[in-house]
Amino acid sequence: MPLFRFHDPAAPAASEITPRALWLRRREWLATTALAGGALGAWASRDALAATPGPGRLAKLPAERSTVAGAMVEDRLTRYADVTGYNNFYEFGTDKTDPARLAHTLKPRPWTLTIEGEVRRTRTFDLDELLKLAPMEERIYRLRCVEGWSMVIPWVGFSLAALLKQVEPKGNAKFVEFVSLADPTQMPDVRSSVQDWVRDNNSIGRRPAVSPGVLDWPYREGLRLDEAMHPLTLLAFGLYGEVLPNQNGAPLRLVVPWKYGFKSAKSIVRIRLLEKQPVSSWERANAREYGFYSNVNPTVDHPRWSQASERRIGEDGLFSKKRPTLMFNGYEAQVASLYAGMDLRRFY
Amino acid sequence: MNRWLLHPWAKPLLWLLLAAPLAWLTWAAWQDQLGANPAEALLRSLGDWTLRMLCLTLAISPLRDWTGASGWLRLRRNLGVATFIYATLHWLAYAWFDQGLDLPALWADVTKRPFILVGTAAWLAMVPLAATSFNAAIRWLGGRAWKDLHKVTYALGPLALLHFFWMRAGKQDFLEVALYALVIGALLGWRRFKPQG
Repeated sequence: MPLFRFHDPAAPAASEITPRALWLRRREWLATTALAGGALGAWASRDALAATPGPGRLAKLPAERSTVAGAMVEDRLTRYADVTGYNNFYEFGTDKTDPARLAHTLKPRPWTLTIEGEVRRTRTFDLDELLKLAPMEERIYRLRCVEGWSMVIPWVGFSLAALLKQVEPKGNAKFVEFVSLADPTQMPDVRSSVQDWVRDNNSIGRRPAVSPGVLDWPYREGLRLDEAMHPLTLLAFGLYGEVLPNQNGAPLRLVVPWKYGFKSAKSIVRIRLLEKQPVSSWERANAREYGFYSNVNPTVDHPRWSQASERRIGEDGLFSKKRPTLMFNGYEAQVASLYAGMDLRRFY
Repeated sequence: MNRWLLHPWAKPLLWLLLAAPLAWLTWAAWQDQLGANPAEALLRSLGDWTLRMLCLTLAISPLRDWTGASGWLRLRRNLGVATFIYATLHWLAYAWFDQGLDLPALWADVTKRPFILVGTAAWLAMVPLAATSFNAAIRWLGGRAWKDLHKVTYALGPLALLHFFWMRAGKQDFLEVALYALVIGALLGWRRFKPQG
């Protein structure tokens, strides 16, 4: 945004924008209109399926509006250019403009996802199977980065629970670990530690040694099983009605909207159900600053900055105050019960 | 070399060069060229330029020795003032964009967080140096006292590095910190171990 806010002549006037509540009910409205005639009805139902329109750069990914409680926030969407141009994806570099610049080398097809560990049926899915596993939903989530900025993103995907049910978790499965792709031929910042990881993982349960790099690859994240099964926990395949751009974690990623962004692993190739709590990449790199839970919490500061407020990308002016951060990123009504009785200062 | 350094246009030209990053940043902010998070881009860029200006200031004495041109010394105070200006803008950007110029919040943040405290301390240490950067101040203080006071500059390098290191520590991304440490280490080390002429 510029130093001062000017009126953008290209932007529609406030009076031209459909009130958000009405817009969110557009399917009902279209359905009503559809009664007018059969031909119109066909047109309307097709439109009802279309998610928030993207810029038409990538393949379309049609979706239904989600009915999961809390899945459609009414905040203004962050621009597609900002959602795709300002990313943390350290496999492609540590600067937030690196992923958009360098992620073109990632090959999102063919892709397989293996689910293993404490499950009755270990399975490897291919991307097309996954895409057909459950109906695609559009969900508009807030995304809050641990660094103090936030976005509002229309994701496309379905609840992770739909996938986990396919492999039938065993009774002793308590945690879920997500492992991202770590291929140095596709990801410039993934180096030698991959070989170490492969070696170390031949003996299950042994922790790989910490590498001297920024993070040890592959990127790992983890959730408690009940967090992973929560309906808001999204397995995302797209955003803005189109498939995921590489820099946003193509072809599939996790989105856990009440946790800091880094908990939502990108470009996932492996999911493991575990009895014991896994150690995430950021936890291993710096446990004091990045805890396992990492729930968005304005009352628990990061050691080097306050988490009480955030800057909404593309919206807050340079000289305007940052907006207050909401408990559990505003999803308190949906997820607070998961943490009842827990000391969130200790389990940050 | 001295002929160029003592040329009447040397100083105006130097100031043009020193102001160029600031002019670029102002233009970029105006034109919305600072990316998705302009506040962060400005804050970091001003910090980077503070560090670069400090390195240039510290490079003057070695440059004089290597080139044998004493004219370099006329430029040193200008570079010091430029360092102070970038440091001030860097701190103001933090206070304004990050803390919304909320004084109690600022005080709490500065006292709570070591990396902000060290950065702020380094900036405060520059205030007396900038305040005595004009010719009359040298006369008032006397050359000796002035010189001793301005030795504080040597402490700014390590303080700035510590501030930068702590800022990057959480992200384990130390390449740039290491590069600046090398440069500042070399510039300060040269003073300690330079061949006595």
